[in-house]
Amino acid sequence: METKAVEPVRRRRTGRVVAGVAGGVADHLGIEVFWVRAAFAALTALNGVGVIAYGLLWLFVPQRAAGEPEEDSANPRERQQALGLVALGIAAAVLAGLFSGPVSGWIAGPLAVALVGAAVVWREADEAQRRRWRAGAKSGILGTGRSTIVRVAAGVALVAIGIGVLLVNSYGIDQLRFALLAVVATLGGVAVLTVPLWIKLINDLGEERRVRIRTEERAEIAAHLHDSVLQTLALIQKQAEQPREVKRLARGQERQLREWLYGRVVEDNNEPSTVSAAIAKAAGEVEDSFALAVQQVVVGDCHLDPNLYALVQAAREAMVNAAKHAGVADISVYGEVEPERVTVFVRDRGKGFDPDTVPEDRHGLADSIGGRMERHGGEVRIRTRLGEGTEVQLMMPRKTADKRETGART
Amino acid sequence: MTVRVFLVDDHALFRAGVRAELDSITDEIEVVGEAGSVGEAVAGIGHHHPDVVLLDVHMPDGGGAEVLRQVRTALPEVVFLALSVSDAAEDVIAVIRAGARGYVTKTISSQELVRAVVRVSEGDAVFSPRLAGFVLDAFADRPGAAPISDPELDLLTPRERDVLRLLARGYAYKEIASELFISVKTVETHVSSVLRKTQLSNRYELSRWASDRRLV
Repeated sequence: METKAVEPVRRRRTGRVVAGVAGGVADHLGIEVFWVRAAFAALTALNGVGVIAYGLLWLFVPQRAAGEPEEDSANPRERQQALGLVALGIAAAVLAGLFSGPVSGWIAGPLAVALVGAAVVWREADEAQRRRWRAGAKSGILGTGRSTIVRVAAGVALVAIGIGVLLVNSYGIDQLRFALLAVVATLGGVAVLTVPLWIKLINDLGEERRVRIRTEERAEIAAHLHDSVLQTLALIQKQAEQPREVKRLARGQERQLREWLYGRVVEDNNEPSTVSAAIAKAAGEVEDSFALAVQQVVVGDCHLDPNLYALVQAAREAMVNAAKHAGVADISVYGEVEPERVTVFVRDRGKGFDPDTVPEDRHGLADSIGGRMERHGGEVRIRTRLGEGTEVQLMMPRKTADKRETGART
Repeated sequence: MTVRVFLVDDHALFRAGVRAELDSITDEIEVVGEAGSVGEAVAGIGHHHPDVVLLDVHMPDGGGAEVLRQVRTALPEVVFLALSVSDAAEDVIAVIRAGARGYVTKTISSQELVRAVVRVSEGDAVFSPRLAGFVLDAFADRPGAAPISDPELDLLTPRERDVLRLLARGYAYKEIASELFISVKTVETHVSSVLRKTQLSNRYELSRWASDRRLV
């Protein structure tokens, strides 16, 4: 004689419409799931017995372990059929309640809707979420602390008032008003009692959003690191024999990464619009072309105008000069934006020179820097001695419009 | 007398590099220990009682500021010099306000690092050009700035401003002294005074930069 091992009832994981109860029962009894569902629907018409039975089975029958093989029986037609049966069952229950039942229709209808809604929410949540909700509700409702006690007491009182009023109402004083009062009080009580649950839900949503933002940020960082840093590292490995090139690459990458991390505002067209950004860009270009470090500090900031643009260009020229002739590995640039003027200092600790003996063919200082500054109403001062480095001081007055604006605000 | 230095940085490679550099170029400095985390640092500093702690700003579990918070009250005589790759005002100002006596970036040359260590061990402050720039920015008379509540702490004197400007321009203390016709000692006094104001002033920028790292 062949004995089949008796399998305990397990709710289905796949092909479920509500909670997999009907499927589980069908698997257990070895019959078509349709008949089980039909039976539940029919029972529902009898004062909602089907719903209660289904709910109890849902509570007490465990779900199949995840990953356990089960035949996939969820074809769309069957699913539709099942949904139809569910709707039919509920409709039948409501109708039955309306005509014969102990509860009147205006209670049964909303109640059915609320139950269906709760079932949907519960079904959509995964197991971990449900556990969290339960824990939250438990710790919230049964938690310790004075506020909890007050809240629970208030909730219970409100529910009690609601029910009490309902009872009074059944002796019929002023039906409509009392009925409304009862409903409001009861709902209030329920709301107060379930506050932690709602807070928990809202927190869950916030937490989920935070996680998503974090993930997106991480993806962006990864993309950036891949795009620039890894590329540069690859280049550096290829050119390891050329220290100058390696230094240049490393410095350029460092600058880019800093800009990205510490957020200097870069316009869309890559053209800087403020003094600090323009100086940073010029310094970066000099670093790239001459493989040295330009340490730049800018205090204050303002928007570029043609004069200030000329100032930045002059400063750039001064950096290039230092890079070409001073024979140093780093240059200091300091810019300060004041209400009346903008000053830039470009300094190296290199060879220095004697301004009187600069050969005729080297016009960098005289033309690019001096001429440019004077045309725009600025000043240049150069301090240098042989062997003591060079400092180019550039000063540009700010436009009157700007001055008035700043003056008005101070 | 040698300065006893303790290294705190979560990158072992960086610690090894600094230790090798300091050991090779000078006898003035002796590295007595190192730590790679906040917990190790607090224990190590308590055990070794170094003169100067070279402190990384970014580390897990709160970073350099957390080390400062845990150690400063118990060992007020230990001096901290922050050493970081960061250029962000929040980071720089946060460790200064937590009690570091200086801030230098990790790209600093070995000689300059030695000078900075010796200088803080003697009780002076060390300002990198960028830190000087941040402080100038924070103390700037900006239109619409919050009213000054304590002039003693919330304003820089013109002289202090001059010194800071020269620091930001990359001048060494000696150069600043000859530029302003004052002694190096006076420059040091001005810088220490600026450091004190940076640590204690309630100016909006300073407290905002610090509070961004929860460190008011």
